[in-house]
Amino acid sequence: MTNDEIREEIIDILEDIAPDEDLGDLDDEKSFRDQLELDSMDFLDIVMELRKRHRVQVPEEDYPQLASMASTVAYLEPKMRDIVKN
Amino acid sequence: MIAPDPSSLPSSHQLPDQQRVVITGVGLTAPNGNDWASYRAALLEGRSGVQPYEIRYFGKTLAGICDYDTRKYQTRKEIRRGTRAGSVGVYAAGEAVGHSGLDWDNVDRSRVGIYIGVTEHGNVETENEIHEIKGYDYNTDYWSHHHNPRTVANNPAGEIALNMGITGPHYTIGAACAAGNAGLIQGAQMLRLDECDVALAGGTSESIHTFGIFASFNSQGALAVHDNPAEASRPFDTERNGIVVAEGGCVYVLERLSDAKARGAEIYGELVGYAINTDATDFVLPNPERQAQCVRLALRRAGLEAGQMDIVSTHATGTTSGDAQECQALREVFAGCKRVHFNNTKSYIGHAMGAAGALELAGNLPAFKDGVCHPTINVDNLDPDCALDGLVLNEPQELGGVEYILNNSFGMLGINSVVIIRRY
Repeated sequence: MTNDEIREEIIDILEDIAPDEDLGDLDDEKSFRDQLELDSMDFLDIVMELRKRHRVQVPEEDYPQLASMASTVAYLEPKMRDIVKN
Repeated sequence: MIAPDPSSLPSSHQLPDQQRVVITGVGLTAPNGNDWASYRAALLEGRSGVQPYEIRYFGKTLAGICDYDTRKYQTRKEIRRGTRAGSVGVYAAGEAVGHSGLDWDNVDRSRVGIYIGVTEHGNVETENEIHEIKGYDYNTDYWSHHHNPRTVANNPAGEIALNMGITGPHYTIGAACAAGNAGLIQGAQMLRLDECDVALAGGTSESIHTFGIFASFNSQGALAVHDNPAEASRPFDTERNGIVVAEGGCVYVLERLSDAKARGAEIYGELVGYAINTDATDFVLPNPERQAQCVRLALRRAGLEAGQMDIVSTHATGTTSGDAQECQALREVFAGCKRVHFNNTKSYIGHAMGAAGALELAGNLPAFKDGVCHPTINVDNLDPDCALDGLVLNEPQELGGVEYILNNSFGMLGINSVVIIRRY
């Protein structure tokens, strides 16, 4: 997957987790929590969905990497670059 | 310690207003109505809410299914996070508070208590997770972190608290199919103990979303089967062959009479008597002797005679033995009582489990105003074992004035519950 495709995947997951939020104006550099109503259970949902959808494991010590879209994509790029987007 | 003789307790009208508990709001969703008025209309029109239904593993069956507007009180995220029982409860509680005319923005939420009856809770969510991890070779790494908050026994009451910002006590009352009445009783007790000023009390059920309940009733030979879904739930009929499982919820706003009067609330009835007892004889089979004792205890506590009841809302679920045994108990208690009429709500909506008692009472309460007893439908041939003088069958019956409604609700493990409501 390219970085753009990884971003699309994250948006897709966020649409499920935060269905009341408008994700169109998401600023990739700002933290998710500053822009969306996400709590710790929601972040665990992101981790779970990455595991379920792509078999990507995010160990607990890496959770801070999922703070913003930019940091999430950067973190996932080496884990997901060999995954072929469906 | 010597327990007081219930017959020596003061009856409700002898109590000070601070100890009298009244209904000031009703909110509900039933398979045949999503508000109190439309539900009552369906009962008077003989409209069933039973539909064809299919659930994984079990397959095709029948169920009472609700179609309330889930978004009326919840965000999409709340619905996703929570449970169906919670969502049904939130809807019913929201409707009840709206109906009550309480100035909700200025209600002290720390003085609101939530007491919600459930037959079971957590089966739906557990089945869902097992089904989900099956797709991952049963690797529990894929088990949801939402499982515990969804399955804790207080979940449906807790979701109401979260949704409405209520910081008083909240919990569920696990009482099998007597739970709807048990929720009401708990609410009344907590008001009398001054644990809260407003009680949101009743019951909720998500039971149609667990295949286990259908499979278990089926294995027990107690699941209704019929070519016409609307005719499947047929208590008292010779052709009855079991239970139709339903979902639904009903929450009452209960207040002390003194508080209701002070705010000029409309009062829909007064809870003047109640009782809960136990058969202690069987896991599933009812015990008519204990049922009769429970009815008599509720009457004694209310300071009333059986002959003063106008409507008795029966628990009968449509099983061969259960219906006949309840009728045996009622025949004994109400022998010679000309005033009393009996009906059954499960014939329309099926068995709404933890919500059943609360919903079945709600369908009858409007009789205080319109004087009509809604019938038991689907009785083509009355089983002689279920024959009761005053059984209202297939057509509504004008009773003139209605002063008292007695509501039966019984459950597995031999739990019996009765509430008596007086017109106010």
